[in-house]
Amino acid sequence: MTTANTEPTAVPGTTEPRLGEELLKVTGLTKHFPIRKGVLQRQSGAVQAVDGLNFTVTRGETLSLVGESGCGKTTTGRLLTRLLEPTSGQIIFEGRDISHLSEGRMRPLRRDVQMIFQDPYGSLNPRHTVGKIVGAPFKLQHVKTEHGVKKAVQGLLELVGLSPEHYNRYPHEFSGGQRQRIGIARTLALRPKLIVADEPVSALDVSIQAQVVNLLEDLQDEFDLTYVMIAHDLSVVRHVSDRVAVMYLGKIVELADRKSLYEQPMHPYTVALLSAVPVPDTKRKTKQERIRLQGDVPSPINPPAACRFHTRCWKAQEICRTTEPPLLQLAPGHQAACHFPENQPQDKPVAPAPSSDTKPS
Amino acid sequence: MTFLEVKDLRVHFPTDDGLVKSVDGLSFSLERGKTLGIVGESGSGKSVTSLSIMGLHKVGTARISGEIYLDGEELVSASPAEVRALRGKRMAMIFQDPLSAMHPYYTVGNQIIEAYRVHNHVSKQVARKHAIEMLDRVGIPQPEKRVDAYPHQFSGGMRQRAMIAMALSCDPDLLIADEPTTALDVTVQAQILDLIRDLQREFNSAVIIITHDLGVVAELADDIQVMYAGRAVEYSSAEDIFDRPQHPYTWGLLGSMPRIDQERLERLIPIKGTPPSLINVPSGCAFHPRCNYARMNEGASETERPELLDTGDGHMVACHLTPAKRQHAWETDIKPKL
Repeated sequence: MTTANTEPTAVPGTTEPRLGEELLKVTGLTKHFPIRKGVLQRQSGAVQAVDGLNFTVTRGETLSLVGESGCGKTTTGRLLTRLLEPTSGQIIFEGRDISHLSEGRMRPLRRDVQMIFQDPYGSLNPRHTVGKIVGAPFKLQHVKTEHGVKKAVQGLLELVGLSPEHYNRYPHEFSGGQRQRIGIARTLALRPKLIVADEPVSALDVSIQAQVVNLLEDLQDEFDLTYVMIAHDLSVVRHVSDRVAVMYLGKIVELADRKSLYEQPMHPYTVALLSAVPVPDTKRKTKQERIRLQGDVPSPINPPAACRFHTRCWKAQEICRTTEPPLLQLAPGHQAACHFPENQPQDKPVAPAPSSDTKPS
Repeated sequence: MTFLEVKDLRVHFPTDDGLVKSVDGLSFSLERGKTLGIVGESGSGKSVTSLSIMGLHKVGTARISGEIYLDGEELVSASPAEVRALRGKRMAMIFQDPLSAMHPYYTVGNQIIEAYRVHNHVSKQVARKHAIEMLDRVGIPQPEKRVDAYPHQFSGGMRQRAMIAMALSCDPDLLIADEPTTALDVTVQAQILDLIRDLQREFNSAVIIITHDLGVVAELADDIQVMYAGRAVEYSSAEDIFDRPQHPYTWGLLGSMPRIDQERLERLIPIKGTPPSLINVPSGCAFHPRCNYARMNEGASETERPELLDTGDGHMVACHLTPAKRQHAWETDIKPKL
């Protein structure tokens, strides 16, 4: 059901699975955090952080999860790396169901699935040297390196644009951008197949952000990495992604390749998000009226029934309050969950038309 | 008379490691009804500048020199009590993080009422009514109920609105917004930017918006000042900054930003290196170690500090490149790649 944007290219002379193949498949992924109350700690409700996600990630691509705070993108990242256990649903990594693996059985897999964290200050132990931090994966996974761990670590530091002499320094001696590079070096230590990057550049200054974005792209080319990028900055997402999934209140409302998502967004929420991005162009103010969404994102404890966006949607009608729109393929490589999608291809009707007054706009 | 005038402002902080020159010779002015955007990365001195105008630096930790005139009144030499009388009434500030800028122990209403009653001799009831009006004005639903809520009961966007209501409660003539939307989601950011724009039109106040996001300043600002290492490197109308930027640092910022309104770049063009330490600011032009054009100036970049000079029609730039070289670099090197 997916179309990777990257051309599948064979890796010569290896039996490794090739680029463009399915690396990760998620079906019905759900995470509800129980809310307990009273002396008996009885469950009184649940935060429906992630509610029934379906998507796949192909080898070598970058899939981005975007959305506003509380949409469940970070929880999804933590589920994929199994820092959290899903309430229900399946995560299949290289054909193997990892959704409920125990910590011990998950450990060998941690070599293949790694994470880059948002906060370059909080994610490095201030009492460990850079050498110890970046070398930790080798130790934890009992990986023998050819010329010793120190050589390997220094190689990694060079790879991410730091100097090998930084080996004995502590994190506080580095700037935010350099710390993020340290985190990336650690992530790369064991040559993972999948990297989940949770807001990897949002804590960085603009000029440094561009350096790190370029670094991530270079590393992807060099090591055929697969990224699941979690971000809220739609401009950065457009730059780095092959495909983009837009999330709203724990659900994917639209999933498409970069070009069609940004040029022909179908879900009204995506349209509103894109129109809200401020662009560095003083003439645009007058050119295009912005869609103003009213109010805030509703609480995920008690999300609106049916289509979760209906409370803020300007196109909402009765059906949106009663029937949940499924995530359907409305154009090649473009899925959206909406009863009244925008930018719909003229010649193709909506698969199962929910209502007769669906009109392409 | 200019409404706000900053002349050769210097804010230095003595520390154990040396003197931190956060702002080092900054001058600008602003008229009523206009919006000035101050753009720069962390450590460029943009927030320190705004805190100096507001008189919020701790006495004893900061060494402030230069002059700041607000409607003819000098602020740097004014006593804390004098500045205090102006703060809230003549000038107010919106901070980046409303959760830490508000007192968690008092209701939102109480905090607005307090500021209002300091400057206006009115009863609590009248002040409360005013607070409800202000909350309504900034678009908080059910203001008569929400006025008694605590900051933690508000969402991020609502809190930012409440802080704007607080800042505007005494109709200040100068409003400083320091990264007012950085902590907010993009749809909420759009709401807040619209709100600031509408309120400015209504009250005809002067607004300074401080941000690292060029998109945000493009939305709001009439004039833009780009800061680097405590000094202004470029100052001009917003249109000119985006159409004909002159300083290599501004080019670097534009090249570093992916944009969704244009063809996607194959690769971003970052600025090399990292921002300098403010204790050891590079000699000459502070940007020279990161500048690709510094070597075209026969060593002047390393030794001489460029002055902020008018290149014609009010576009000021602090760079040693000759106008012809600058024009050439922009048109052949930079513009085609953006």
